[in-house]
Amino acid sequence: MKFMLLQKYEETEGCSIPMTEWKPEDVQAHIRFQQTLNEQLTQSGELVDAQGLAGPEQAKFVVSDGTTAPVVTDGPFPESKELLAGYRTVDVESLERAIEIAADASAAPGPDGVPIRQRIEVRQVMGAPADAEV
Amino acid sequence: MTTGSGTEDLLRELTPRVLGAVVRRYGDFADAEDAVQEALLAAATQWPTEGRPDNPLGWLIRVASRRMADQYERDDARRRREDLAASWSQADANDVRGQDDTLILTFMCCHPSLPPASAIPLTLRAVGGLTTREIASAFLVPEATMGQRITRAKAKIKSSGAQFRLPSTAERVERLRTVLHVLYLVFNEGYAASSGPALARADLSGEAIRLTRLVHAALRDDPEVAGLLALMLLIEARRPARVGPAGELVPLAEQDRARWDRDLVAEGVALVTDALAKGAIGEYQLQAAINAVHDQAASPEDTNWGEILALYGLLERITGNPMVSLNRAVAVAMVHGPAAGLELLDGVADRLGDHHRLHSVRGHLYEMAGDRAAAVDEFRIAAAGTISVPERDYLVAQAARLANELGNSRVADRAPSE
Repeated sequence: MKFMLLQKYEETEGCSIPMTEWKPEDVQAHIRFQQTLNEQLTQSGELVDAQGLAGPEQAKFVVSDGTTAPVVTDGPFPESKELLAGYRTVDVESLERAIEIAADASAAPGPDGVPIRQRIEVRQVMGAPADAEV
Repeated sequence: MTTGSGTEDLLRELTPRVLGAVVRRYGDFADAEDAVQEALLAAATQWPTEGRPDNPLGWLIRVASRRMADQYERDDARRRREDLAASWSQADANDVRGQDDTLILTFMCCHPSLPPASAIPLTLRAVGGLTTREIASAFLVPEATMGQRITRAKAKIKSSGAQFRLPSTAERVERLRTVLHVLYLVFNEGYAASSGPALARADLSGEAIRLTRLVHAALRDDPEVAGLLALMLLIEARRPARVGPAGELVPLAEQDRARWDRDLVAEGVALVTDALAKGAIGEYQLQAAINAVHDQAASPEDTNWGEILALYGLLERITGNPMVSLNRAVAVAMVHGPAAGLELLDGVADRLGDHHRLHSVRGHLYEMAGDRAAAVDEFRIAAAGTISVPERDYLVAQAARLANELGNSRVADRAPSE
């Protein structure tokens, strides 16, 4: 079963300092942590995809009625903390395993190596029906 | 020499025989499986351009053996020699061929220490001869991830101490159940075809049928193997009619039966009839028998629901599975009316928790009973609970259709007074 583990730009429970203000070695350690986690998930045969998204400053909102020109809104947005920062898709045996991976990701290191306790949204990806029709 | 077309089919067909031979020679299943994969890839690239060898089986065994020898030379030679000496003595005692090798390999890949998500790709590669890339694309995961999953599955089998031989008579029944379950899941993956490249997934159903045919060929007298094969054929027969032009699911009652594959129906019916006559009834035979009743009905109205009800009763008793009770409730409703079906559902609701299928069956039965408002509620709950896109689309459409009818009839009710 596939799950998406989503993270937003919101302040994390363990860290209110934006990453751009961290010490360089803390930033490095954080990035290394993410890469290592992805490598581990590939080794365990569970990683489907992992992507970080460009900053909210570059985000655009598009609304269209399908006939007139679409309305495109540029950032910055007051609600930018609500935007998606990145995601991992994993293919795992159970919801419990997805939660375990989300917990690992949540404890990513922040300033001075203290876990930032990022809030991870765990969502199941829709797939095939559980069994064939009878 | 021949070239090109049919190479892929031939390679898939030869895979378990090549692998069986190499494992018997070198003793190590995990390494042999890697070596055979490499030999298959070499054949897939060389044969179409350089021509197919006169003895394809011998060619593949030779190339895989060479890879194996090369690898062992590169690795820690002394440790390997010791391992080999130990495994050879075991392999000699189990010197079996062809059909038996395929069966042994299938039992190994569907090892009880493996979760289905690992047993499935390993079986497809080691017995089915599919490449890691093909398997990865069918399950929509990256090739590296799928490769790791297969490698870990083999390591797990190795550490469980499995030997290259058939399970003992004592374990046989239980082990065969695991094999059949894995094959059923492969079929279901392809059958559901709910996401990703539909073709690749349809291929999985064909592959499951092919693998089940191999197991059936090796175990002709086992009625449950025949039952599973019959079940797959009887469901596969309806494939051309079960998806509409926009990719939507077409329920059984609304399918164009002229599009069902009559040859598959005939083969499935013959298989299950034969299997049932052996007297050792099991769940796959019963499911096949139920599908045979559907497939033989010229129209939905001609369906022998009394027989289906009796079969579900047996299936419920054998499996104790509340999901079977759900299906039986539908049959009860068809025979004795929706009120009787709804009553049965109340009896199993506790055991099903809040499963969305309970709500979708309830919705269906409420609609039969003419209670559209209750049906809409149930279909909505079911739609929110399913994780299947086509199923959700179907349930949402049912809810919307009924809500719309309901709205119109309310308007019609009010109309005279306005």
